[in-house]
Amino acid sequence: MKTTDLSIKELRNKIQSRELSATQVVETFFNRAQSLNKKLNAFITLNERAIDEAKHLDQRLAAGENPGPLTGMPIAIKDMLCTQGIKTTAGSKMLSQFVPPYDSTVVARLKKAGAIVIGKTNLDEFAMGSSNETSYFGAVKNPWNLDYVPGGSSGGSAAAQAARLAVASIGTDTGGSIRQPASFCGIVGVKPTYGRVSRYGIVAYASSLDQAGPMTTTVSDAAEILEIISGHDQHDSTTSQKKVPNLIVPQEKSMKGFKIGLIKEYETDSLNADVRKTVHSAVETAKMLGAEIIEINLPLTQYAVPIYYLVAASEASSNLARYDGVRFGHRSDFHSLAAIELEKFYCRNRGEGFGSEVQRRIMIGTYALSSGYYDAYYNKAGQVRRLLTEQFRNAFQKCDVILSPVSTTPAFKIGERIADPLTMYLNDIFTTSTNLAGLPGMSLPFGFSTQGLPIGVQLTADHFNEEKMFTVAYALEAAAHLSERIPNVNA
Amino acid sequence: MSMRNYEPVIGLEIHAQLKTNTKMFSSDSTRFEASDNENTSPVSVGMPGALPVINKQAIDFAIRAGLALNCQIRKKSVFSRKNYFYPDLPKGYQISQYDLPICEEGFIEFTVDDEPKKIQIIRAHLEEDAGKSTHQGDYTLINLNRSGIPLLEIVSGPDLRSGKEASVYARTVRQILRYLDVCDGNLEEGSLRCDCNVSVRKVGTEKFGTRVEIKNINSFRFVEKAIEFEIERQIDAIERGESIVQETRLYDPDKNKTFTMRTKEDAQDYRYFPEPDLLPVILTEAQLSKIKLELPELPQQKCSRFQKQYSLPFYDSEILTAERELSEFFEEAVKICNNPKGVSNWMMTELLRELNEAKLTIQQSPISAVNLGTLVGLIDKGTISGKIAKTIFAEMWKTSDHPEQIIKAKGLTQITDPKAIGLIIDELIAKNPGPVSEYRAGKTKLLGFFVGQAMKASQGQANPEILNQVLLEKLKG
Amino acid sequence: MINTSDIEKIAQLSRLEITPDRAKELADQLQRVLKHFEQISHVDTKGVEPLITPTEIETYWREDSVVQELTPEDMLANAPDKIGNLFRVPPVI
Repeated sequence: MKTTDLSIKELRNKIQSRELSATQVVETFFNRAQSLNKKLNAFITLNERAIDEAKHLDQRLAAGENPGPLTGMPIAIKDMLCTQGIKTTAGSKMLSQFVPPYDSTVVARLKKAGAIVIGKTNLDEFAMGSSNETSYFGAVKNPWNLDYVPGGSSGGSAAAQAARLAVASIGTDTGGSIRQPASFCGIVGVKPTYGRVSRYGIVAYASSLDQAGPMTTTVSDAAEILEIISGHDQHDSTTSQKKVPNLIVPQEKSMKGFKIGLIKEYETDSLNADVRKTVHSAVETAKMLGAEIIEINLPLTQYAVPIYYLVAASEASSNLARYDGVRFGHRSDFHSLAAIELEKFYCRNRGEGFGSEVQRRIMIGTYALSSGYYDAYYNKAGQVRRLLTEQFRNAFQKCDVILSPVSTTPAFKIGERIADPLTMYLNDIFTTSTNLAGLPGMSLPFGFSTQGLPIGVQLTADHFNEEKMFTVAYALEAAAHLSERIPNVNA
Repeated sequence: MSMRNYEPVIGLEIHAQLKTNTKMFSSDSTRFEASDNENTSPVSVGMPGALPVINKQAIDFAIRAGLALNCQIRKKSVFSRKNYFYPDLPKGYQISQYDLPICEEGFIEFTVDDEPKKIQIIRAHLEEDAGKSTHQGDYTLINLNRSGIPLLEIVSGPDLRSGKEASVYARTVRQILRYLDVCDGNLEEGSLRCDCNVSVRKVGTEKFGTRVEIKNINSFRFVEKAIEFEIERQIDAIERGESIVQETRLYDPDKNKTFTMRTKEDAQDYRYFPEPDLLPVILTEAQLSKIKLELPELPQQKCSRFQKQYSLPFYDSEILTAERELSEFFEEAVKICNNPKGVSNWMMTELLRELNEAKLTIQQSPISAVNLGTLVGLIDKGTISGKIAKTIFAEMWKTSDHPEQIIKAKGLTQITDPKAIGLIIDELIAKNPGPVSEYRAGKTKLLGFFVGQAMKASQGQANPEILNQVLLEKLKG
Repeated sequence: MINTSDIEKIAQLSRLEITPDRAKELADQLQRVLKHFEQISHVDTKGVEPLITPTEIETYWREDSVVQELTPEDMLANAPDKIGNLFRVPPVI
């Protein structure tokens, strides 16, 4: 088996037994990433120091140290997470030159466990998009078919992971940005419960919705990464102090006694036939594995997209106010600083630094928060959000895990949907309510479209109940019998 | 001052920097003496990904202040974002409290010209300070050391009716905050800032006039003067038939005038919304009662206790309790000598005068409370006379030495032995036969002359009472 | 109905410089998007407190002790314009 096809556990065994050195592992992945990135555009920045860092780890191993469970694992990091000394752009012209002086907590924890940042992955600008086409650094290609989008906003991480340019990848998910690209690229993508993973050092899009999570080839790899990055962080007071569950231990591969919920309202005509077939086959598999299937009603999910965009855009309009060209970020070429009015200074820096989708969302958010509109938009969205969350809590009285589609269709062609914002927003129908309610959710590869593009199914569990979600995921994964997990991309 | 049948309506917004070691939402130091941007971090610079985390101490301080200002403390208060763009505001929003402040509905009481006043405190809320801009003509420089320092904004009701009232109110608030040890109240360093809202209306009208805000006043004296000027300016304008523009004005102490800083063109739209990076501040009854129990004695309570416990006049008590440290000095000194009025007199006449002249605080006094108490005790015991005590006090001020040490070194003990005093007087009588016979012939007015001479001969060390007694005895012949 | 003058006002509040063509385009887009979002007005939310943080998280407050790991130079390394260790901006008065 190729080194780049190995799981975290397999690689760990080979490195610990000295069959492979950390340097060999990192070099292999780095070379593959470097050559395939030309086609995929998955990375904005490759970490030029990665191999040196691996050498340092080998020295530590030789000295009898054990740097941690991820020693020598090259990990691709979405360019929303600050990495000390490595450019962090958020896919924006605004931050195209920004080099953070500090590591995000997720990155710091991965490094502490011995992992190596192999590079920073491409994304929709400030994570605002579902196709990776809004990036200042150009669109990412789907490794299964280069004419197709990888999904977004964590499209670079999804593409890098699907093409095995890293052992594991990190994405962020505000309204589906891990799960949808994971589905489009045929990998596992987990959005943890809100508060499970620290947001410190992650460029904020929408504070009450953002969560970082693993994007991996297998469920157990996702568990390995999630365990490392989870848990309370003293730099983020919205992280929970709850104990992080053990997700790695081999789980029971049966689903006996499990109640799987199907959301009645998700049975829409807009669902693509291949997606419908994939979800149906997952349901049948669950039944076969002993699960009981329960239909649940979540009528307020029909409002998920409006609530999501109002909340996310409002928070974003404020979160992105710090990009003003004063302390960091893009500053326009002013001939004379003395002659420029302060307001013009801001408008020019921000008008040039932000792309059109980001500007659109800032405008929507500013509008929704502005005096006279606050009650009808932002506040109303927050109220309906509470009611929607209560409906989910009730649903989880009746079932353990909800099974649903991730997206109405498999990956679409680059350029096909970018023109109309509303159509684009409505694509997020199945993923946004998970973030609004703060629930853990994941995408699990479960089939392929007639065109050979991967399709995932979505699992959602109650707050801080990742354990149940993973149990179902392990069982479904084992029964899925996917013919291939890694696309064939040649340099 | 003539009010020409107008009534001023004044409300104060006091921004008090809380005396925490670190900022409201980050672990940066709050040390005033720091080099440019030394007290900064990703949080206070508003770097991408940085998040605020609440400083426990700031919450405690706010509760302490709220309780002392007789406020209701909310069991659930919420931080909100106030959105606006300004170079000294790194995140493009200030984290503040909006509709659910931590303290509200309080009041304070004080007297102005012997008249008791009760002023409402509408709210006291926590927020973070902005950075500092320095204007250099062609450009402005930004220092973020102050960015994120916790502020308690204390908002009074529109209850104040004169500049004097406003300044006494502000002084009282400062005194309370200093007693609580939550703010050092230094107006020059900006750790206490006063914004004054001033309007005038015809006596008897209910409706408020148009409000003008005066910002950046850096002394209580100027609070009074700025408000008095502004009242006159507004009355003049109205009398001339002009209308008052709602605006922000600055006070220029050199010209004793206020002038326009900015008019409220279109009202700012701050787009307040709950800060999603922070959870609501939830307080339990247990937390509140613990802080309540730890609350120190406040100036007014202490002032009345001093009058009762030490039988001091109101005047003395008020001065001695003006500052917590001063009152503590007094009580420490009294413990040594058990003579409250004696200590009070020495503090109010001698010590405070010296401190004022040397521009020192009581904490910096070269004379310690123990030493002053000892000095008063030595006078009470008759070891030294009041006159010598003054000499010793001067020496104590210079050297910080203990009074007994000074007495010993300089041989300044009082002579109380009648025999020793008798010897001095015998000599005096022998030297002045003329005045003695005149005295004995009935010119008793000469007694003063003999007292002075005898005291001089004893180098001021003779106990005056005993000297008097012995002298009268001996002059009888 | 959102017109271009509304858009200009929002852009000004958002500090975004936009061309007249762009303002027209945004007016159309925002009109459509917000009209769609308005469907939430059909939900009865009387007396419902808006939800901000969606999960139950225990209170965590910091102790008041200084931790400073970065230098002023680190904090100014990304500044587009500076003098010494101060950020430089256009004159604000």
